[in-house]
Amino acid sequence: MYDIVVIGAGVIGCSIARELSRYNYHILVLDKNSDLCEGTSKANSGIVHAGYDAKQGSLMAKMNVLGNQLMPKLCEDLDVSFVNNGSLVLCFDKTQIECLEELKQRGISNGVKGLEILTKEEVLLKEPHLNHNVVAALYAPSGGIVCPFELTIALGENACSNGVTFQFNSEVIDIKKQELSYLIKTKTGDIKTSIVINAAGVHSDDIHNFVEQDKIKVIPRKGEYCLLDKECQNLVSHTIFQLPNEYGKGILVTPTVHGNIILGPTAVDIDDKENHQTTKQGLFEVLSKAGLSLIDVPTKQIITSFTGVRAHREAHEFLIEEAEHAAGFFDVAGIESPGLASSPAIGQYVANMVTTKYPTSKKENFISKRKRIPTLSELSFDEQTKLIKENPLYANIVCRCEMVSEGEIVEAIHRPLGATTVDGIKRRTRAGMGRCQAGFCLPKTIQILARELNKDISEITKTGEGSYYITGYNKEDI
Amino acid sequence: MVKELVVIGGGPAGLAAALSARENGIEDILIIERDVQLGGILNQCIHNGFGLHTFKEELTGPEYAQRYIDLIHENNIDYVLNTIVTHISEDKVITLMSAKDGLYHISAKSIILAMGCRERPRGALNIPGKRPAGIYSAGTAQRLVNIEGRMIGKKVVILGSGDIGLIMARRMVLEGADVQLVAEIMPFSGGLTRNIVQCLDDYGIPLKLSHTVVDIQGDKRVESVTIAMVDKSLQPIPGTEKTYECDTLLLSCGLIPENELSHQLGISMNQVTTGAFVNESLETNVEGIFACGNVLHVHDLVDYVSEESKQAGQSASLYLKGLQNKEGKDIRIVTTDGVRYSVPSTLNVSRMQERQIIRFRVGRVYRDAYVSVYVDDTRIKHLRKRILTPGEMEQVLLRSDELHPFENIDQITIKIEEV
Ligand SMILES: Cc1cc2nc3c(=O)[nH]c(=O)nc-3n(C[C@H](O)[C@H](O)[C@H](O)COP(=O)(O)OP(=O)(O)OC[C@H]3O[C@@H](n4cnc5c(N)ncnc54)[C@H](O)[C@@H]3O)c2cc1C
Ligand SMILES: Cc1cc2nc3c(=O)[nH]c(=O)nc-3n(C[C@H](O)[C@H](O)[C@H](O)COP(=O)(O)OP(=O)(O)OC[C@H]3O[C@@H](n4cnc5c(N)ncnc54)[C@H](O)[C@@H]3O)c2cc1C
Repeated sequence: MYDIVVIGAGVIGCSIARELSRYNYHILVLDKNSDLCEGTSKANSGIVHAGYDAKQGSLMAKMNVLGNQLMPKLCEDLDVSFVNNGSLVLCFDKTQIECLEELKQRGISNGVKGLEILTKEEVLLKEPHLNHNVVAALYAPSGGIVCPFELTIALGENACSNGVTFQFNSEVIDIKKQELSYLIKTKTGDIKTSIVINAAGVHSDDIHNFVEQDKIKVIPRKGEYCLLDKECQNLVSHTIFQLPNEYGKGILVTPTVHGNIILGPTAVDIDDKENHQTTKQGLFEVLSKAGLSLIDVPTKQIITSFTGVRAHREAHEFLIEEAEHAAGFFDVAGIESPGLASSPAIGQYVANMVTTKYPTSKKENFISKRKRIPTLSELSFDEQTKLIKENPLYANIVCRCEMVSEGEIVEAIHRPLGATTVDGIKRRTRAGMGRCQAGFCLPKTIQILARELNKDISEITKTGEGSYYITGYNKEDI
Repeated sequence: MVKELVVIGGGPAGLAAALSARENGIEDILIIERDVQLGGILNQCIHNGFGLHTFKEELTGPEYAQRYIDLIHENNIDYVLNTIVTHISEDKVITLMSAKDGLYHISAKSIILAMGCRERPRGALNIPGKRPAGIYSAGTAQRLVNIEGRMIGKKVVILGSGDIGLIMARRMVLEGADVQLVAEIMPFSGGLTRNIVQCLDDYGIPLKLSHTVVDIQGDKRVESVTIAMVDKSLQPIPGTEKTYECDTLLLSCGLIPENELSHQLGISMNQVTTGAFVNESLETNVEGIFACGNVLHVHDLVDYVSEESKQAGQSASLYLKGLQNKEGKDIRIVTTDGVRYSVPSTLNVSRMQERQIIRFRVGRVYRDAYVSVYVDDTRIKHLRKRILTPGEMEQVLLRSDELHPFENIDQITIKIEEV
């Protein structure tokens, strides 16, 4: 019997779990996938939005602006890559400058600081590779970028260090309300708990609808991206948005905290919530619309493309509340963009809701900080020398593109909530995320996983059951 | 530590370069290799067909490499294994890293870059679809199958008809898989004709030219891929899609020279080859730094790698002995009309050897065309070729006595002339 079960190990579930782990609750986080951060939190733009987009007075606006303020300190505490790079919303049409002004006013009333409208010259001074058709831009100095997997994994690890249990490969298929508790039915068994927190992303409507008579609906809205090689590092340093116009919402161009450039996303409503397919049309749209912002889109430098699915609700508002007809069941549903930026605030907001209604004592020994895996490529010569002396595995480079060593991979497997899959290694260490996209390191990563987990390489998967690499021995089918 | 010559990479290029430097009188040589053994990519190329030019016999990749490794041992040339070069500074201080010796520096008087290449990923091709397990670059598959002895799929589709893709098509069949087809987006194959015959035709594997993958299905592991025909601008033609059930997609879509170190050094790079620009001595724009093998431009035959690298070793030894001729000027080699690039890209007549090989690739298939060489406006060579294809590296030989009659040469041009 748990006090609290959080359904969903994305950035939202992990942030909530971490905040609640400050208190003496017995907490479980459940996820249907084999690792944390396998849902929307792994495929998004990684922008810590300033907060001028959301509607005045909405919960979304409140969470966004607060999340943006909390993010730097949180990332410092959890040793997560965050850059306060500032953002620009470009306007290409003189008649639309008033829309920039409107955006600025909305930002000001949402509490966003430092907003400024820049002239063409000022914009091009900041970003020389932008299309010279730009006429003005809204500059938001508080905009930032964060690594979404690092953040999610750090929150999860820290929650785990503070006593939260995580259980993977456990899809919730039904929830029964009992007198003073809930019985959560999963594919691998039943779990009893007093409180349920629904942080199931695109599936948050299904989870809600298991217990609540007033149904909700999440519309999966797909967004496709292209990722460019680090050679394009200097293309832009700010996050570049386009003012929404008759062609739709526009495509952003942004650096990532690791020095790549991403272009995207599109926005297309789909039926299948698990549809992570990229399409020819989508990639075409990304590249052609990115061409509005940039003088030249270096298409030869694309190293991968990917898709994320937003948990959109028609109201376009976060639903964060205790269900009306199900006491102890808290929805954190429809967390679409700016969900990542809002995640620190949502964690606190939900923890506050829960502790107010179901109070308990605070832990005395809460660990607020967490250290990242030592990252060889970020260290100085002396620091590298020291690290290799302590553990020679840090001298064996496994991923050449990102310079990830065997030491980092072994550490990723053995720390709290360690990696068990190739994608898990990738998100924790960046092995396989570079320009050859794991062509070089895949065999080695598979071998290290097998060795450290005491398995045969045929048992190693990309993302859990069914996603195997090895199909047998040579010649056994002849 | 100071070394006369440091060779980075212990593949066929590095080995041949080191040997040739030794033959030319350089004693103090060190080869640095990050893998557990010398031989480079040849160690996983267990098929035969290597060495026809160099040794006049058909060897497997590991056998070919072993011939050179034996010579390295006979000549007592030093090498370190399990050691990666992480940085080279402009004044030729090399940073090495190994589990055994930690992190240390070696200062070199001359450096030969022979780091080989890695494979191009799916993203570079912008293939739409899902992203399940079961999509491998052909070289990765080659490693798992040939070195680990483990199968990576039962029903296979291959995209790209580069040599590695062709070789892997046959390998997968030999190891018990069902290879459905090889699709190639271009109207010609990127591989050697002999590989198409020996690896596809002999096994009844269809090669579909002007076809590409337009979709990949499967949430966990590949379940099927959809192939469509493409038009002249390489765009899929609606209505031509055909879906193949399979659990594996191999990509053989080209190689990327491993030039991270060259970039750090500020070496000027050729956009076409993504390797360094070099002169007739295979020297880069940074004095005393030479390049050869796949890091310079992608080769299809290892024999040519060895030949080219031999020259790099010779040039480095002349440089080290102070015998490099400083006279004359670097003449630009211009490549046009179907010739995509050349190695070298400049030539100095007073420095060139008696016989200088110019290697290049063409951009499309030509039949019964001429490879012509012009010195300024004078055509000095007009060589008839029955067939020229992008998949096979071409070469022309320039003799120094052919160039001596000309004074003040501005440029040398290599082009394809059709009848
Ligand atoms: C294209 C795109 C771009 C975006 N860009 C940004 C941005 O730049 N900035 C920003 O702030 N936000 C952005 N967002 C939004 C942000 O990514 C999301 O708001 C955030 O990741 C949501 O986190 P989550 O934890 O709610 O969802 P998820 O990460 O999807 O986590 C939900 C988890 O619940 C699990 N789950 C679901 N159903 C079940 C079940 N039945 N049983 C057990 N487990 C279950 C899933 O496996 C999953 O791990 C973007 C989103 C998209 C799609
Ligand atoms: C997958 C594949 C299959 C091939 N199949 C055939 C074939 O069937 N027939 C044929 O004739 N040719 C084949 N080739 C081509 C031929 O083998 C290559 O052209 C030849 O091996 C290139 O030699 P190289 O020395 O330039 O590169 P490589 O053989 O790649 O050697 C480069 C070496 O440098 C090392 N290195 C790289 N960076 C560093 C660093 N920073 N520090 C230390 N060491 C480093 C690498 O570990 C490697 O050992 C194939 C090539 C590939 C890539």
